[in-house]
Amino acid sequence: MIVERPRDLMVKKTLAHGFMILFLALIMFPFLMIISISFREGNFTIGDLIPRDPTLEHWYLAFGLDYTRADGTVISPPYPVLLWMWNSIKLGLLAAVGVLSISTISAYAFSRIRFRGRAGLLDGLFIVQMFPTTLALIALYAIFDSLGEVSPSLGIDSHLAVVLVYWSGVVLHIWTLKGYFDGIDTALDKAAAIDGASPWQTFRMIFLPLAVPMMAVVFVLVFIGAINDYPIASVLIRSENQMTLAVGSRLYLNEFKYLWGDFAAAAILSGLPITLVFLIAQRYLVSGLSEGSVKG
Amino acid sequence: MTATAAAIRQPESPQYLRLAIVTAMTLGLLYAAFNLYLIAQPLFGALLLALAVGFAIVFGANRFYNSRFIFPGVATVMLFVAFPVLYTIYLGFTNYSSFNLLTHERATEILLARGSVDAATEQPFAVAPDGDGYRIWLPESGLLSEVVYLTDDLEEAMLAPAAEPEGLLAARDAIKLRAGLQTLSLTTPEGVVIQNSGLRTFASLTPEFRRIDANTLERTADGSRLTADWSTGFFVTEAGEKVPPGWRVNIGWQNFERVFQSKGIRAPMVEIFIWTVVFAGLSVLFTFAIGLTLAVILQWPHLRFKPLYRILLILPYAVPSFISILVFRGLFNQNFGEINLILEALFGVRPEWFTNGNLARTMILIVNTWLGYPYMMLLAMGFLQAVPEDHKKAAALEGASALRVFFTITLPQILPPFLPLLIASFAFNFNNMVLVLLLTRGLPDITGTVLPAGETDILASFTYRIAFGFSSSEFGLAGAITLLIFLVVAIISYANFVAMRRAADRRSAR
Repeated sequence: MIVERPRDLMVKKTLAHGFMILFLALIMFPFLMIISISFREGNFTIGDLIPRDPTLEHWYLAFGLDYTRADGTVISPPYPVLLWMWNSIKLGLLAAVGVLSISTISAYAFSRIRFRGRAGLLDGLFIVQMFPTTLALIALYAIFDSLGEVSPSLGIDSHLAVVLVYWSGVVLHIWTLKGYFDGIDTALDKAAAIDGASPWQTFRMIFLPLAVPMMAVVFVLVFIGAINDYPIASVLIRSENQMTLAVGSRLYLNEFKYLWGDFAAAAILSGLPITLVFLIAQRYLVSGLSEGSVKG
Repeated sequence: MTATAAAIRQPESPQYLRLAIVTAMTLGLLYAAFNLYLIAQPLFGALLLALAVGFAIVFGANRFYNSRFIFPGVATVMLFVAFPVLYTIYLGFTNYSSFNLLTHERATEILLARGSVDAATEQPFAVAPDGDGYRIWLPESGLLSEVVYLTDDLEEAMLAPAAEPEGLLAARDAIKLRAGLQTLSLTTPEGVVIQNSGLRTFASLTPEFRRIDANTLERTADGSRLTADWSTGFFVTEAGEKVPPGWRVNIGWQNFERVFQSKGIRAPMVEIFIWTVVFAGLSVLFTFAIGLTLAVILQWPHLRFKPLYRILLILPYAVPSFISILVFRGLFNQNFGEINLILEALFGVRPEWFTNGNLARTMILIVNTWLGYPYMMLLAMGFLQAVPEDHKKAAALEGASALRVFFTITLPQILPPFLPLLIASFAFNFNNMVLVLLLTRGLPDITGTVLPAGETDILASFTYRIAFGFSSSEFGLAGAITLLIFLVVAIISYANFVAMRRAADRRSAR
C-alpha cells in the first residue's frame, strides 16, 4: 500500500469506524427493538429500550404455554407457533432433499452425458428459470384444486402440494451444480470409464463425493428459500394448523387483532435458528452464490 | 465414451426388480390420470398420461439409458413451471372467477340438487337407537322406519306404521347425527319420498329444476326454461337473467379488452407499471451503492475489527425476510410504532407511513434497501478482490485521489461481471411480492378504480390481489395481466442472457 502520513491515516481510520458504527446502529435498530418489545407488558404499551417491568408473558405464549398474570387472569397462546415452526422445517427439509436429488443428477447429465438437444435444453431452462413460480400461482391453485378432488392429500391445504411446487425451483441449482461439475477434470471420468464404470456408477462413486460441499450450499439455499416463501404457501394452505411460519406470522399484525408483543417473542423464537443456520453456512454460500450465477 | 461405458455396464440391480418398480409407478400415474379424466379435467389427465408414458419409455427401455439422468429434472420443470406458466396464459382467455368457478357438469348438478320444501308434508321426527343403527319415528303420522345407519353416504329406507319405540334420543343428541340425516331419504307407504328439511323436521322436497337436456333445465313450479349460455358461462332465464353458479368458458380477448379499454383498470395499471419499474430500479441502485461502499470500506487494509463488522452487516440478510418485513410493519405502525415515537420525540412529526402514498413508497424502499444491501456487499467483496492492486497503486502514484481511483480503475473493472447479477436483482425486485404483500398489502388504495389497486402495489402483487383478494377472485383477469408481466420478464431475461454471454466471453478471452 502507498505510504500515508500518520495523521491523515488516523483521521481516516476514525472516520471509517465512526461511519461503520453509525451505520450499524441504524441497521441494528429493528433487532434491538424487537428484543425489547418481546419482554414488555401487553401488546400496546410504549416504553424505553430497556423495559421497566420485564415480563416473560409473550415468551410463554410463543412456546405454547398458558401464562398467568399477577392478577390471576390466564392468557392462552393465540397461535400454535411451534406447530408452524415444525411445518416450516418439515417443508424446508422435504423441499431441500427433493431439489438436491433432482438438480444434482440433472447437473451431472448436463455436464457430462451427451444426448440430443442438450444445448437447446440448457438455454430453454435458462429462460424458464427467469419466470418465477409465484407468477403462475393462479394456475397452480387451479391445478391443485382439481387434484384435490382425486385425492385430498394432493389438494389445497396439503403439504405435499406445496413441496411439489418447491421442487420446481430446481433450475437455478442445476446451473450452480453444473458450473461446479464443469470444473472437475474430465480425466477422472475417463479413467472411471476405462475401468468399466457406467455413467451412473461414475456419478455415484466419483462425482457425488466430490460435490458434497456444493451440495451443502444448495441444500441450505433451498431450505432457507422454502422457509421464506410466502406467496405459494399462502395460496395453497388455508387452515391454521397446516400453516407455515411465513403465512401464520402475518396473523399477529392484523388491524383488528394487533399482537405486537406476542409477535416479537414468536419472531425471535422462530427466526433465531434459521439465522444461525445461515450465519454458519454463509462463507460457503457466498462463493456458491457468485460462482453459480456467473458461470454460464 | 458413454457408448462404450453403456456397453460394458454391469446390471446393478436385477432387471425384473427395476421393471416391477417402473410398472407399478406407471400404473399409479395412469390411475391418477384416469381419475382426473373422470372428474372432467381431461387436460390434467392428458398431462399425467404423457408423464406416465414418458416415464415408462425412459426407464423401461435400455436404449434411453442416458435420458434417465435428465428425466426427473425436465419433468419437474415441465409440470410445475412450464405448464403452469402456459396454463396461466390460457386462463387469461377464460372467465374463471369466483362466479364462474365450476365445470358445466358441477354447476348443473348444484342447480338440480336445489329443492323447495312442501309445507303440507312437513312433520317433526325423533330418533330411536336400535342395535348398531337407528330408527326414525314420525309421531304425527305414526310411522317408523327400517333400521338406518346414518353414515355420510346416501341411504334409503321404507316407513311402516308402528307403535312409538322406546328410548327416543333427546333433541340435542339427534342434532349430532345431522350429517347422516341429511343424506337419508324415507319412503312413506303411499310412496311419497321425504327428507330431512330442518333441524327437527322431515318433509317432501320438490326439486326446483328438472333436466331436459345438457343445455336446458325446466323450473318445476312454472314450467319456464333455463338455457345454458356458453358465451357467459351461466344458465339464463327466458328474461335473460343469469342464474348462479356459473361455469368456466373461453371468452377470447375480453379480459385483455377490459384491461386496455376500461379506464378504471387501465389508469391504475399504468401507474402500477411505472411504480414497479421505479421500485425495482431504485432498489437495485440503492442496494448496489450501499453494498459497494461498505465493501470498499471493509477492504481497506488499515481497518480493524473487520470480521465483526462483516458479520453484523450481513445480519439483515441472515434473518428470514418474512420476519424482518413484519418487524418493520410493526415498527412503522402509525399509532404504536416505535419509529413514529422516536420521530415525534425528536422532531414532533408522526408521518402516516401506511395511508400516504408517497410515504408508503418511501417506506417500502427503505425496507427493501435494508433487506438487500448485504447481498450486494457480499458479491462486491468477491469482485473487488479480483481487481489487481498494482493498477490502483500506479494511479495513486500518478497523484489520483482515492475517489478518482475508484471511479476510473475499480468501478469499470467490476461492473461487467456485476451486470448479470444486477439484472437478475432487477428481475427479482420486479416480482418481489413477498415484500409488498407482507408490508403494505399494496395499500393505500388508488382512488376511483374498478379493481383493488394500491399505490404501493407492484404488478405481481396487483395480480395476486385480483386473484386471491378478499372481495372477489377474478382468476381470468389476473391471468391476462400475468401474460403482460411475462412479456416484460421475457425481455429482462433476454437482456440477462446476453449480458451473461458477454461476461463469459470476456472471461474466456482474458
